[in-house]
Order: sequence, then C-alpha cells, then structure tokens
Amino acid sequence: MEALLLSRWQFAITTVYHFLFVPLTLGLSIFTAILETWYVNCGSYEWRIKIKKLVKFFGTLFLINFAMGVVTGIVQEFHFGMNWSEYARFMGDIFGAPLALEALTAFFLESTFLGIWIFGWDKLSEKRHCLCIWLVAFGSNLSAFWILVANSFMQHPVGYAIEGGRAVMSDFLALLTNPYVLGEYCHALFAGLSTGGFVAIAVCAWKILNDEQSRESFISVMKIATVYTMVGLLGVLGSGHLHAQRLNDLNPMKLASFEALWETENPAPFAVVADINEEAGRNDFEITVPYMFTIMVHNSLEGKIKGINDLQAEAMKKYGSGNYIPDVKGMFWSFRMMIGVGGLMMLVTLLTGVLVYFTRIINFKCWLRLLPFLAPLPFIANSVGWYIVEAGRQPWIVVGLQKTAQAVSPNLTAGEVWLTLIGFTAVYLLLAMLALFAAISFIRRTHVTEEEG
Amino acid sequence: MDLNVLWFVLIIVLFTGFFVLEGFDYGVGMLLIGRKEYDRSMMIRAIGPVWDGNEVWMITAGGAMFAAFPHVYATMFSTFYFALFLMLLGLIFRGVAFELRGKYPSSDWRLGWDGAIVFGSLVPALLWGVAVTNLLQGLPIDAYMHYAGNFGDLLSPYTILGGLTFIFVFIFHGASFLMLRLGDEGLLLDLKRKSIKFGVIAAILYVGLMAMSIVSTDIMSKGFFGLSSFACGALCFVMAINAMYQGRAIAAFALTSMAIASTVVQFFVALFPRLMVSSLNPEWSLTIYNAASTPHTLMIMTVAAVIFVPLVLFYQAWTYRLFKARVMPSDLKHY
Repeated sequence: MEALLLSRWQFAITTVYHFLFVPLTLGLSIFTAILETWYVNCGSYEWRIKIKKLVKFFGTLFLINFAMGVVTGIVQEFHFGMNWSEYARFMGDIFGAPLALEALTAFFLESTFLGIWIFGWDKLSEKRHCLCIWLVAFGSNLSAFWILVANSFMQHPVGYAIEGGRAVMSDFLALLTNPYVLGEYCHALFAGLSTGGFVAIAVCAWKILNDEQSRESFISVMKIATVYTMVGLLGVLGSGHLHAQRLNDLNPMKLASFEALWETENPAPFAVVADINEEAGRNDFEITVPYMFTIMVHNSLEGKIKGINDLQAEAMKKYGSGNYIPDVKGMFWSFRMMIGVGGLMMLVTLLTGVLVYFTRIINFKCWLRLLPFLAPLPFIANSVGWYIVEAGRQPWIVVGLQKTAQAVSPNLTAGEVWLTLIGFTAVYLLLAMLALFAAISFIRRTHVTEEEG
Repeated sequence: MDLNVLWFVLIIVLFTGFFVLEGFDYGVGMLLIGRKEYDRSMMIRAIGPVWDGNEVWMITAGGAMFAAFPHVYATMFSTFYFALFLMLLGLIFRGVAFELRGKYPSSDWRLGWDGAIVFGSLVPALLWGVAVTNLLQGLPIDAYMHYAGNFGDLLSPYTILGGLTFIFVFIFHGASFLMLRLGDEGLLLDLKRKSIKFGVIAAILYVGLMAMSIVSTDIMSKGFFGLSSFACGALCFVMAINAMYQGRAIAAFALTSMAIASTVVQFFVALFPRLMVSSLNPEWSLTIYNAASTPHTLMIMTVAAVIFVPLVLFYQAWTYRLFKARVMPSDLKHY
C-alpha cells in the first residue's frame, strides 16, 4: 500500500518536473525556427549579423531547456515498467505502440537534427541549416502528439477489447482519432507557444533594460514575441474551452469536479469560489454566477450538467462499490489557478505588446523591471493544468478499465521507492538550480550587436 | 517467420544499434578520466553532434520492447528497479552535462560537468553488463512473471565480470572511434598507446566472460551456435588490437563495432525463444510468445519499423558523413 502511494508521489513529482521543460521546448523550438527563417530571408547586412546572434542566443536557451526535457523524459519512459509494471502488462498492447512510435518517428528526428543544427553552421547552406531547426521543432511537437495519444487512451479509452485479462488494441486508427487527443494536443501545443513566447518576453525585458548595446535587437524580438505569445494564449483559451465542452460527454466526472458541481443541474451555475466539503458531498459556502456553467458547456441557457454525486452513483452501479470521485478541492482550485494565471498572462502580453509597438518601451522602466519576475507564470499554469488532467481521472489509471491501485509493481518495497523518490527529487532540485544559473548567466553576459564574431 | 520472431530480430537490431553507437559515447565519456581540459573538450567535441541521436537507440529499443513484448518490459524494468534508478541518474547527469559544460566560462564548471559525464558513462556501462549477464543466467521469476529477489541478488562474480567487461569493451570502442575523429597528432599518439592497453584488458575480460558464461549459463545447450558469435567477437577484438597497433583506425573501429554486434547477437541467440529466463522453473520464463503483444499490434509496429528504421539509418549515416572531418583545435569555439 505504501509503495503505491510513494510511487504515485514519485510519478507526480517527476512528471510535473518533466512538464516544466516540455512546453518550453515546444514553444522555443518554433520561436527559434521563426527567428532563423527571418535571418535567412533578411536582406540588410547589419541586421543579418544581429539576427544570427539572436538565433544563437535563443537557440542556446532552447538547448539548455531541451537537455533537461530529454533526460527527465527518459525517466518517465522507464517509470511505466519500473513502478507500474501491472499497468504495462495490462496496457502494453495499446500503450507501448505510441511510445515506440514516438521514439522512432520523433525522438530520432529531433535529436539527430539538433546535433546537426548546433555544429553545422559552417557545414550547411543557410536554408538547409534553417530546415534543421524546423525539423527539430516538428519532431518535438510530433512527440507531444504521440505521448498525448497514449495519455488520451488513459482518459477516454477507445479502439480496444479486453482479452485474456488485458486490454488489446482493436483499432489503431480509433486510437489516433480519439476526440480526446485533439483537445489535449491543441491545448498543449498552444500552451507551448505561450510558454516559449512569454519566457522570450521576460528575457527581452531584462536585456532591453540592462544591456544597452543589445537594446534595439531585443526590442525587435519582443515585438515578435508578444504576437507569438498572444497567438498561443488565444489558442489555449479556444482549445481549452472546446475541450471542456467535449468533457461533458467524454469524462463528465472530471468536468463536474472542475466546478465542484455536486448535484445535477439545469441550468448549472458557475462557482467563483466555494468552500468544498468533500465528506458531505456538497459546498458549505459558494458564490455563483447563475446559468454560467451551462452557457460555457452548451452555448445556451438550457442544458443539463451532471453532478458529482449522481456520477458517483452511476459509477457504483457500473463498476461496483468504491469511491470514484477525484480530489475535488484540488481540481477546483487548480482549475481556477490555471484560468487566473492564463488571464493574467494575457493582460501582461497585451500591455507589453501595446508598449513595444506604439511607444519607446525603454521609458517604462518599472514594467520592464517587473516582467522577468513574471516568467514563472506559464510554468504555474502548465503544472496545475497537467495536475487537472491526471488527478481528474483518479481513482482510475485507465478510466473504467484499471485502477491506479492495481497498476503498481508488486515486487517493490516502500523502502526502495523512498530511496528513489528522495534520489530523484534531490537530483532534480540540484539540476534545476544549475541549469537556471547557467541560463541566467548566459543571458547576462551575451550581447547582440552589429559587430562580427 | 512469424511476427513474434520478426520482432525478436528487430529488438536485436535496435539493441545492436544502441550498443554499437552509444557504446563509443560511453567509452569516450570514461576516457575523460584524468585528462586535461583541452583533451576533454576535443574528445567531447568528437561525439558532440551525434551522442544525442545515439542515445535514442536505447529509448527506441525500450519503447519497442514495451510495444512488442509488454510483459518483458514490465518484468525487466521492475526487476532491475534500483539498477535502473542508478542508470537513470547517470544518464540524467551525462545528458545535462553535455549541454551545460560549455555554457559558463569557468574551468571548474567544466571539470565538474566532465566528472558528471564520466559518472554518467561508467554507471550505465557497468549496469548494462550486469543486466545482460543476469538475463543470460536467469532470474528468480515466479509463475506470475514477478521478480522474487532483490538488488543484491543481481550481483555475483559472474555478473560483476559482465559489468567490468562492458566497461573496458566500451572504452576500447570509444578509443577506436576517437582515433578516427580527432585531428590533434599529440592527442592521437597518446590515445593510441593507451587504447592498445585497454584493448588487451577488454579482450582478456571478454574471453573470461565467455568462459564463465559456459559454466554459469545454459549457453552451450544451443550447440555450435551457443558460442560461435562469442568466439567471433573475441577474434574481432584481437584483430582490432592488431589494427590499432598498425595504425589502421578505420579497421580497428569496424572490428570493435563488429565485436559488439556479435556479442549482442550472441546474447539473444542464447536466449531464444526466451527473453527472460526464470531460474525457478523453466516453464515460467518469458518467451517471445507468452510475453508478446497481439498480432494486430505487432503488425502495426512492423509497418512502422519497416518505414522508419531505414529512414533513421539513412539520416544518421548522413550526419556521420557531414561531420567526417577530423576535429581540430579550431573547432572548439563552439564550446
């Protein structure tokens, strides 16, 4: 029992840590590729020198982040066998394929062409070199697709049959066209763009304020970054909204727990804040906006949304007695934090965009001083977002098919998992500090000027 | 040939790719011990453009194992729980070190990360050797495919010899790769002298491992095939030492690669049709049939492998061609 709980903590910690780097990889790879495309197509000699330096500047930040993402990703792949062997047995026929395809089609591509990109500046023509970073960006984003195909099955199983006590794949295409994939993938992709863009804005702000000789270059980049981030944020908003609407059919328990909606209602209100009483299955206190939840889900004033208590009763009927309710308090507040932080990012990006496009942004020193401190925002939103995805399917590891408690490796002792849990956490903390130190010192000392070299 | 056998062959291909390619990366990593900063930078620069792509062979082999033989994946990874934890720590430090060592202008910073590369090359090399010999020897696996032992049970004179052999084989292989890639005469001369010594140690350990395998495993039950690839590997090492001595770098590298490939083939041939041997009851061994995915999944994966494995080989080969020029001191500006 304890090995189970510890394994869950270990997976949670290492996944969230891994997911700090993933969206930044998705976003910064495309951002760097856009900068290099600008370089290849730019006619002005002085600007070409500057843009090339900018490409290498953001490329270096991308590399530091990419390395962290890769090494922590291997840990996740190994985890499925190490701590969750019964999951691997039960699900291997389905889950293994996207994982293998991810390595075969995406990891090889991004790793190989990243190597060429780093060392191939003098060995390839400009256009081919630029193609390399686009292939890296494509590979990174393709890998996100495969892993979300795998994850979507856990949230909403499709295209399978149960044979000989395990889930087997009956329709590969159904796996790929799972409606859940589209929602998760678009949301993650746009979250990646917003993360990459927002970090770029923060870096630009620091450089504009503190590095006079590089100022003009970073003002130009900031102009691109604000638009890029805004596209990402609007995409996050739209895809998140559509995905939540689909959840009403695909995973109503998750949807109801977002909003701590205990009883089925039509029309359902939206709770802005709530004092959630999980034991009693109700909110002791709440401030609601009438109709709002129904409007968000159904685009109309009319429409039923099932409550947690009714869904629990349905689940008991279907799967036998047990608790089928996820951590409602955690879900409710994480969801609000995600939305709140996303909204804040949008305001910040909008204001920064106005300032950088229509004024001399260097006159707004306070704002520039503030922006670097806001860089953690996208990471907070990504982490709570991922928490919602994974906590929202509990107590299931694969909704309706296998419970998390049945999935853990039976040969593990609590002592073993304690040891690795502490080991991973300590090493991850150490590496985070070292990587952050390297990145910040690099940002401080690297100048982008018109001089060659 | 049914799909299960085909996937057995494909797993051999992936592991061969991994051990041959990542083998020299591990070797180069271990060769950094006791070297001065200039040497270290040159040696790391030699594998710089390719190590990351090489590591993906391991990730792909693991993923393919998951897809094709999920029970093996489940049993193997939970069996080697603590060993894999150590290996992951090594791989984490190593992967980050390659990117970070050049990102801060300080010799101490670089020295620290180079130490991490040594650790991250030595530990996986050792553990792969321990794992492979354990798999050959058999593990206490019960009727439910669960490991019924602990980390200590994985260590025995035979498996530790396996670990040591892997370390020196990779060091020799890494040295022969560097002989092909470095452009600094002084460094080459020094490496050549050392690599012959390492080659001799590797060959002796390898023959010792072969002898102990006859005693400790059921490798001879396969008759002639039981030992032929092993013998071929040993022969390759001896010839590689000779080629190195005569200064034929290409031949030396080709021979160490062949030796490693033969060893991988030998390992799987000895296991066939099993993938994990139960030492408690032969009936409880995991085979390519009782541990496999369904034909449907194997078919899909076969189509993907037939398309993408050649494609990967093609663009990785192109990478090696692109970076075929020897690494010169002037190349170090990237770091």
